[in-house]
Amino acid sequence: MLKINRNDLPSLFAAIRQESDLYLPVKTAGKTNFAAWDETAQVDLDTLKTVKSPKDAFFPQSENLYSCHQEGGKTQIVPETLREEPFVLFGVRGCDVRGIQVLDKVFLSNPVDSYYAARREQGTVVSFACHAPETSCFCKVFGIDCADPEGDVVTWLVGEELYWQPKTEKGEALTAKVRHLLSEADEAVVAAEQTAIRGIVEKLPYSNLSLEGWGGEAAKTRFDSPVWEQLYKPCLACGTCTFVCPTCQCYDIKDYDTGSGVQRFRCWDSCMYSDFTMMAHGNNRTSQMQRFRQRFLHKLAYFPANNDGMFSCVGCGRCVDKCPSHLNILKVIKAFAKEGV
Amino acid sequence: MQELIARAGALLQSGEVSRVLGWRKGEHVWDVEPAFFHSAEELSEFVYNGFCGANLSKYMIEASKLEGKTLVFLKPCDTYSFNQLIKEHRVDREKAYIIGVGCKGKLKIENIDAAGILDVQGADYPDCSDTLTVKTLYGDKEVSYASAMLERCHVCKGKEHKIYDELMGESVDTCDADRFAQVAAIEAMSPEEKFAFFQSELSKCIRCNACRNVCPACSCRKCVFDSNKFDSAQKANTTSFEEKMFHIIRAFHVAGRCTDCGECSRVCPQGIPLHLFNRKFIRDINALYGEFQAGEDAETKGPLTSFRTDDVEPGDAGKRG
Repeated sequence: MLKINRNDLPSLFAAIRQESDLYLPVKTAGKTNFAAWDETAQVDLDTLKTVKSPKDAFFPQSENLYSCHQEGGKTQIVPETLREEPFVLFGVRGCDVRGIQVLDKVFLSNPVDSYYAARREQGTVVSFACHAPETSCFCKVFGIDCADPEGDVVTWLVGEELYWQPKTEKGEALTAKVRHLLSEADEAVVAAEQTAIRGIVEKLPYSNLSLEGWGGEAAKTRFDSPVWEQLYKPCLACGTCTFVCPTCQCYDIKDYDTGSGVQRFRCWDSCMYSDFTMMAHGNNRTSQMQRFRQRFLHKLAYFPANNDGMFSCVGCGRCVDKCPSHLNILKVIKAFAKEGV
Repeated sequence: MQELIARAGALLQSGEVSRVLGWRKGEHVWDVEPAFFHSAEELSEFVYNGFCGANLSKYMIEASKLEGKTLVFLKPCDTYSFNQLIKEHRVDREKAYIIGVGCKGKLKIENIDAAGILDVQGADYPDCSDTLTVKTLYGDKEVSYASAMLERCHVCKGKEHKIYDELMGESVDTCDADRFAQVAAIEAMSPEEKFAFFQSELSKCIRCNACRNVCPACSCRKCVFDSNKFDSAQKANTTSFEEKMFHIIRAFHVAGRCTDCGECSRVCPQGIPLHLFNRKFIRDINALYGEFQAGEDAETKGPLTSFRTDDVEPGDAGKRG
């Protein structure tokens, strides 16, 4: 176990930045999101949840895939280069680390998504235990321990000290580069912090929510439930829940007319949107109820059906905090528990 | 609140209304949701508290298409939106039974979070002049009611309902700020400062469209940003797109029709002060066409949708720079 004083973190960040890009929670115009670090960045390690999850680091909201233009009567295709430079993603909460593992299931299974794979290859994840979990957190439901997150390096902020423990080869390599800034530390301090965090987690209102009835089978048993009709009505059909979610991975591929050619880009899509999965014949989901149902069944039924029972909700609670109509996955789970269907 | 439930129950029972549009209680005090109620049993979940900020007027567009009347609870500021929707023929007055419900200022959960309160499981809000006591896992905390209010309540348009069938409950005018102070401050900036300000705010935009979807003035059946016939389709293609297109076009489109209900800023997950765009237009319209408040009534023609011989000449507007 190693540690560094909180006041020395700028020198740690500067040392990491010398070797590679560094992304971490930065406060801009009052809100904290993952952003590139430089000396002027207002690093914010006190806000529990960034508005957006860190998934942009591997799966950006919008990215060019290739561009094409006419040259001498022929169409030239210029592919986008894959990420070749290493980077460090610092301050990732336990739920968001699981979020990355969910994305891995999608993008690293055959056919492998080369854009995503390149970023995963280059990225080192430094996770960050949650000192003070909040009401809307329910990561424990999905077997996540926010007191001991996964990641290449795991960190805990206890008082004025950041405790640092490498867990993987990538983590060891990063630690070696900044070892001169870290000192040996007492593991008992971290153990006490973990006990305290787990004590708070037990008191959170949703930590022991039952997922009975969910999983692959729910695709059949809950698809036609009348509960969906009761639940969806306040939904505004905005994409907030999907865009703040660490695991929503649906995307659209579009062509942008640059005036002299075409840029083919992909961008996050939202199952809440009316043109989601629009095809030449039209749209296979014609009502907001169907779109609403799609999101929750994807998290709690379709994804586990195709991924050995792994749910694609990680209990981060961002949708709980951010839905303008205060609809969320907790209300869905509880409504089904109440109705029993 | 019990009076509201009893009155709604009686109107349902008598058959005068077919459904009730109000707010349903959530898991906590703050996560109330807009909801339709069809029976006394369903009304047991009805709630009216400090977190019922959602403006229900827009839901009346869909409710107007249903059989029978819908009882809708509107706060004073919500009635401006309803009037405006009548004017635009988007809701049917005959299909609505409006109870003008008292309002003492509504709260924003994020303002409580911003006060350093990490966890909210309950909140007592006796009156807007009082202190808000917040129950948390980490002990009870207190903040002033005013500091937890929505921005729009600080520039409250007053406690008068502009359209209603009956009134229930007391209202308080919570106005304690100049509605146009922030706009004036931005107008006083240099072009570079203005650009930096908006760049910093709008670069947070995630194009979730919550501002548009909640907006009572955004009632087009199909938004241009939802059309896949244009490059304007509702998904980000470059990072500068939001700043240059979406919000500015939306502000232009609602100019003269926006009642300044503040829903756009209430729902923005990134806390972008979107109301400032609309308020800039309102301030300019006031200066160029005379004082105008959209939704004040359901009849007066809007300054940008009518022609008067004494209208400002486009050239005059241009000269202002």
